[in-house]
Amino acid sequence: MRTPTGNPVSPGVWTRGWSTGPRSARGPTLPTFTPENAAGLPGSPWLVRRRNAAAESFASSPLPTEKDEVWRYSRIDRLDLDRFQPAGSARAGTDVVALPSARIHALVDALGPRSGLVVTVDGVLATLASTAGDDLLSVGRATDHDEGEALLGTVLVDPHDFPLLNDAFSVDPVVIDVRPGASVVDPVVVVHVVSGSAGTAVFPRTVVRAGSGSTVGVVELVVDAASGLLADGHTAWSPGSEPPPERLVVPVTELEVHDDASLAYVSIQSLGPATWQLAHQASTIGAHATLSSYAVALGGGYARLRTDSALVGDSGASRLRAAFIGRDDQMLDFRTLQDHSAPRTTSDLLFMGAVAETSHSVYSGLIRVRRGAVKSDAVQTNHNLVLDEGAHADSVPNLDIEENDVKCSHGSTVGPVDEDQRYYLESRGIEPERAEQLIVAGFFESIADQVPLAGARDLVGRSLAERSGVSRG
Amino acid sequence: MSAGEFVIEDLRAGIPGREILKGLSLTVRSGEVHAVMGPNGSGKSTLAHVLMGRPGYEVLGGTVTLDGVDLLALPTWQRARAGLFLAMQHPIEVPGVSLVESLTAARPVGGADDGVGERLHAEAARIGFDERFLDRPLNVDLSGGERKRNETLQLGVLRPKFAVLDEIDSGLDVDALADVGRRVQEATGEWGLGVLAITHFRRLLDVLHADVVHVLADGRVVATGGSELAETVDRTGYAAYT
Repeated sequence: MRTPTGNPVSPGVWTRGWSTGPRSARGPTLPTFTPENAAGLPGSPWLVRRRNAAAESFASSPLPTEKDEVWRYSRIDRLDLDRFQPAGSARAGTDVVALPSARIHALVDALGPRSGLVVTVDGVLATLASTAGDDLLSVGRATDHDEGEALLGTVLVDPHDFPLLNDAFSVDPVVIDVRPGASVVDPVVVVHVVSGSAGTAVFPRTVVRAGSGSTVGVVELVVDAASGLLADGHTAWSPGSEPPPERLVVPVTELEVHDDASLAYVSIQSLGPATWQLAHQASTIGAHATLSSYAVALGGGYARLRTDSALVGDSGASRLRAAFIGRDDQMLDFRTLQDHSAPRTTSDLLFMGAVAETSHSVYSGLIRVRRGAVKSDAVQTNHNLVLDEGAHADSVPNLDIEENDVKCSHGSTVGPVDEDQRYYLESRGIEPERAEQLIVAGFFESIADQVPLAGARDLVGRSLAERSGVSRG
Repeated sequence: MSAGEFVIEDLRAGIPGREILKGLSLTVRSGEVHAVMGPNGSGKSTLAHVLMGRPGYEVLGGTVTLDGVDLLALPTWQRARAGLFLAMQHPIEVPGVSLVESLTAARPVGGADDGVGERLHAEAARIGFDERFLDRPLNVDLSGGERKRNETLQLGVLRPKFAVLDEIDSGLDVDALADVGRRVQEATGEWGLGVLAITHFRRLLDVLHADVVHVLADGRVVATGGSELAETVDRTGYAAYT
């Protein structure tokens, strides 16, 4: 057994922070995120009921604050929900005109061959196409799926705060349902375009069900069409253009990986510099099933991603990766939970990124091995490159182990470019600036290489190189 | 100072609070191989680090010149550009940076060093460095022996005027030692490479002929001689010198 390092935290502390406790306080009075506004969204009766229940529940819950353990280091106290209103509530569909469709198609094409395409614009379904047969998979609105009502919330049980808000205001939840035993060669691509005016709040919702024994890949992008952070040949905000609009984006993704299934999931966030993102990706992994997930965080003003992976079946495995680059004064905030409840389960987490200028990153993660999860193996690693003096990274790995016969390790690094690596390259005659460029580019190349889907890998590699300022092209 | 000389004169250096090299002097000329032998703790590795300017070491006195250029006044990368190469005892892993990328960056843009790729393949063949390692990130997942071949390969591509080999024989099997020793020996003839080979054992000198052998003890050269000195040390140990 590897010796756990760091500071194990008592289960109680995490349990309080990580789940919905009893809420005694009356919730906030918000002018826009009201049950009435939720009721104004279109949809089938069950979806309307579901939204209403969530909106009521949200309205009676206190908002999270930085005093809460899982919101420590965050900027949540600065988020003023009154400045936003949910997209889709008072629209007549005219905004769809704003869809820069050529741009989105170029981006999608950059990802290579696909089995299906879903595009939402400010949460409203705009494009739906599947090239795989119905015998392999279905892609569509949850409301058009026979089991849509049951599928929503299967993985993310008992949501609170922002996932609850997503439940209340998601306009067109999307379901990707892969038939048992299906082998889908090319990935399904889901693009959530955020394009509304300042104050728009968007709630993308995606549910992926990989049926027993199936193999499938999904690439999900949350993009501001104008941010230009993806290396698809388009440029970012040009100087002299209007200031970027402040928006709120709350994507929720549920990944249900059934027994013996294999799901590769890549998510890429390239939102505008004034956008708030509060994302949640939750997965359950069945017996002998595998999830390989990879998150890329490029944009946003404050962009948070919570990743919860529950290993619920014997010998299930999750491989969790993330790559990020912070610039300007943005904050990229990652919270992870590797939750082992079945025997012989493995989880392997590696989150790597860099902070430049005055940006800030947070990584806080927990490995939980519950009683009965014998012979489990969990790894949690977080590497942070701090490229400028004004940048900052917090890294807080944690373990909560209730079982004896397990292997767990965690570790993190925070610091500038490694002095020994720099010395090695300089000893070959490479200038210090060039050596640093090579090391930073190498750092990102080594993690971009691990993107599980080939088409996305190229785009991710180029985007990371561009964002890090060390593009080799 | 004349050209073709690597001159260390009365070098005093160490780590903060501890002087390790206490007045070391020696001169290597182009095409010569000098061995520096000494027991653990004599200052061998410190010498290598100080010559290349590794962070964490400080120079207290003395001079080091390469063809008359004051190396100690230069940052590490300019020492390399001036013609010094250090084959490290523990080559460092640099994830995501390949050999060809680093060697291309190692020379000034537009310099007379085109064809790094070709030289790389030729040198790899000469020392038996597996081609499949060429695209690997530097030293990542390489065995100790492969790392030393890799250092020698870089020496061959970069063609420095003088090379310091810091225990290049450690971690090498007999075949690899022969490959590395032969390549360095040939370089002394091919372009007049001067070599300062730091080693604990004589076995390196079986494959790399030393013109001069220095025995280092407590930070000073305490004996200098021909290759017979290495044999004496091998037979009697370092006890007589410490």
